[in-house]
Order: sequence, then C-alpha cells, then structure tokens
Amino acid sequence: MLANPYVISLMTIVLLFTFLGQSWNLMLGIGGQLSIGHALFVGLGAYSVGVLYVKYGISPWVGLLTGMILAGSVGASIAWLSFRFEVRGIYFALLTIAAAEFARIMFSGWEFVGAMQGLFFPAPTGGIEISMLRGDARFYYFVALALAALGIIGTEFISRSYLGYVWRAMRDDESAARALGVRTFQHKILVISISAATAAAGGGVLALVQGSIFPDSIMGMGLSVDVLIGPVVGGLGTTFGPLVGSLAAIPLNHLMSALGDSLRIPGLNNITYGVVLISVVWFLPDGIWPAIVRLCKAIQAPPTAWLWQSRKVEE
Amino acid sequence: MTTLLEVENLSRSFGGLIAVKDVSFSLRAGRITALIGPNGAGKTTCFNLVAGALKPTSGRVLLEGRQIDNSPPEAVCRMGIARTFQIVRPMREMSVLENAMIGAFSWTRNVSEARSKAYESLESVGLAAKAHARTDQLTLPDRKMLETAKALSTRPKLLLLDEVMAGLRPTEAAGIVGVLQKLAEGGLTILLVEHVMRIVMEVASRVVVLHHGAKIAEGPPGEVVADPKVLESYLGAGFHA
Repeated sequence: MLANPYVISLMTIVLLFTFLGQSWNLMLGIGGQLSIGHALFVGLGAYSVGVLYVKYGISPWVGLLTGMILAGSVGASIAWLSFRFEVRGIYFALLTIAAAEFARIMFSGWEFVGAMQGLFFPAPTGGIEISMLRGDARFYYFVALALAALGIIGTEFISRSYLGYVWRAMRDDESAARALGVRTFQHKILVISISAATAAAGGGVLALVQGSIFPDSIMGMGLSVDVLIGPVVGGLGTTFGPLVGSLAAIPLNHLMSALGDSLRIPGLNNITYGVVLISVVWFLPDGIWPAIVRLCKAIQAPPTAWLWQSRKVEE
Repeated sequence: MTTLLEVENLSRSFGGLIAVKDVSFSLRAGRITALIGPNGAGKTTCFNLVAGALKPTSGRVLLEGRQIDNSPPEAVCRMGIARTFQIVRPMREMSVLENAMIGAFSWTRNVSEARSKAYESLESVGLAAKAHARTDQLTLPDRKMLETAKALSTRPKLLLLDEVMAGLRPTEAAGIVGVLQKLAEGGLTILLVEHVMRIVMEVASRVVVLHHGAKIAEGPPGEVVADPKVLESYLGAGFHA
C-alpha cells in the first residue's frame, strides 16, 4: 500500500493532523480550554521554519524549535491576558479566533514573509537529509508517523502524570479544583502554551510537506477547523481519539472532494464534513473511539451489561 | 489550648445587602466548632470568607496568626484550610479514588504518593471499598463523604464542612458524626456549617450562632440552646421557655 504515492501523501496528512489534533485535544479534552484559533500556532510554526530556511538557509530543526518557543510564548501571553481579565470559556475561544485572524491579516500584508504570495521551499533534490529535514514523500510519511506516535505517547504520559489529574479536575470544575489547592491560573497558561508549542511543531512539518506557505491556508479559519475535526469525531480527551478521527475524516474529505469534482458538485466535501460532524454529535456524542471501546467491552461482557452501559451513556 | 483560626470583626456586603456584619470568633485546635443559624443568616458567606472564596469588605481572618483573607482559595488551601461544597461536586469522569487524589497534588507531584494518600483519606471516611467505583454510582451520604475525603487529601489543619449532613436520614447522619469525631480525635480542627440542630448538639464542642449576619451567641451547645436570643431567631418571638 505504501508504494502508492497518493496513499503515502494522504497518510502523511492524516498523521500530521493526528498530531495537531492531539495538541488541540490536550488543551480542550484534558485542560478544558477551547481554542478555535489553533491555526495561529500552526502558522507560527510554519513561518518559523519557512522564514529561517527559505530566507537564511537555517535548518528546519532550528525553525521547529524557534516556532515552538514563539508559539508557546504567544499562547501563554494570550492566556495570561485573557484569564487575568477573567475572559474564559466561550469568550476565550472567541479571543483565539480573533488572535488567529489578526495574525493571518498581519502575515498577509507582511512583505518580508512573502505576504499573499507566500513562501516557497526549494524543490526537493531527491536525497534524504535528516539534518535539514528534507526528503521525498516517503521520508515525510515516516516523519509524520514519528510525530503522531510521539503525540500519542506524550498525551498518554501527561495524562497519567500529576498534570493530567490536576488538569482534568480543573476541566470538570474550576472552583472545586481551586478549593483543593490547584493553581488553575498557572495551569491554564501551562496547558495552553504546551498545546501551542506542539501545534507549532506540527505546523512546521506541515509546511515542509506542502512545500509552500500561504497565510490564508496555514492561518485561516479552515485550518483551525481541520485541527479540531479529528479529536471531536474521534473522541475528545481520549488518547487515540485524534488518530481515529483523522483516519475517518480526512480520507473521507479527500474522497468527497474528488467525487464532487467529477460530479461537478462544488463543496461536496464541506457538506459531507457537516453531515459527519452532525451525525457524530447526534449518535456518538463522545466520539468514535469511546464507542469502539464500549463495543469491545460489550462483546466480552453479557448483553445486559451492554444495555446498562448504553443507558449510562445516554444520561 | 491553642487557637488555630481567628476571625476578627469580619464583614461582607453585596451591594446594599450586608450578609455578614462584624463577626468575630476563634477556633481551638483539635475541636469541632459549629456555625449555625436560620436560613439567610450568613453562614455560607462566613464560610466562604474563611475559605478564601470571597474577600471580606472589612475585618481579618488569621490562620496561626497569619493573615489569609487576601489569598485566593488555592493559596488558602495550601496554607492548611480545606473545604467541602454544600452541593457535592465530584469530578464526573474520574473514579472515587482519582477524585480523592486531586487534593494530594497540592503537596506532592508523585502520582503513587497521591494515590496512597487518597486511599488513606477514603479509609478514614469509610469509602475505601468503593475506591474504584464511578462517582455517579455513589449514594448521597457516600458522595458527601467523598467530598470530605477529597478535602482530607490536602492534609489540612482545618477542615471546613458546608452542610455535610443536609438531606440525610438520621442513621446516615449518625455515621458521618462518627467519622467527624474520629477525625477530631486525630487532631484535626473542624468547622461545621450546619442546619440540623440535633446533630450539632451531638458533635460540636462549641457553637457560634449567626442571625441576620451578626453573631448572637457563642458557647458550648447546651448553653447556646437555652439562650433566649437563639430560640427567638429560630422560632420567632414568643417562644421563650
């Protein structure tokens, strides 16, 4: 299957969005903070890699690190400002959209980073250069695979550490968590900056894979939505949700896009996205992955247990 | 007998409403004190002022001589005051044990250390057998005890309990009384906000009575119930014995 270049490039995107979804999932699924402007952090990562590499020939490794530090600080600043003035919940989410749009417009007019014309990476020479993180499609497939694995392991690791417990407590009930000594102000800033930094790493690799950066696609609302589709469809707050969700949603999107082109129905992929999202919210409100877990348990357990469990879920 | 907590001339108003008016009392270490009063007397406001959830309009709260009323709730908790909520608030997606672990992370980052402290807390309130249950499988008295266990995991010097016995049957309440007495014997200081007079009589060594935001009586339970002002506040004028 890996011989087919289309499948390779599709899987690379699936795995990259698994990683990006994982970063978003950490923030909402565990930390309880909703971002609808993750494109800001993805874009900062992409531009850090792009500008340093295209303009100065500096290795993307340095670009990735720079992007992570930059996005982490920007995320922390937004969070600090927001929570300092008691802007939270859905208002914080609106603030993330505003910040992402602000950055997109700023980068669209900034000649140094290519403005609307974007930035182009030099065409790949064919050889694999790990020090410059350059190679063919198959090379990037393995980079994306490693990144997705790192994301899953990292999420699991954080989830089981004291941070995971404290963040889930904060997500479920902030004032109850504070009464138990959780410094929620610091922890919210921490979870947001970690999420932002990892999103930037994903963005940097995404830019290398695509070979070009345009402000409207890398920092647009569309990308923010693409980032959250995986975890929402797959299962919010679960370790494997973003992977399962990306595996389901992205190939479907590509398929519908192709089908829409041949049937001359523009926007068929977006309509399907909408239908899938509504179906998931309606039928599997906690996502595909928890449903799979329940199904596996149900097969091993007697049928009465299954009934009881499904009733519990409906509550 | 050492004094653990001192409340000095505490007042709090919400707009034009004075919820707590010039209240002073102190808590002695290792004792159970009850804060009682009819509905709207300012008990919960007073409780929230001590817990750091509200800031006083005037007055001070001192824990072991240190002023704490300017600190946010998480800092107050870390200084040694743990509280429960009147409406029980278990973290829904976590097990009973995981709920009890959160408080321990105020003094350790080690997950297994937190887990063993959580077991200890659950054991002291008689919930150890249900450690792996989900919180929505617990009965109301068990949930109230889980609230207490969560607070105990923070290793408090002072435990603030907000109506832990409200809505319970007498036999269930008796079980909780036993737990509280055992905790006090272990050296913990407890401040109860309570509505059920009979239980307060049984468990508290000292009672503070609030009415319309002001303190109207303080002393051992036997003396306080005989106080005509207290009877009047609970039953209305004309019920003097």
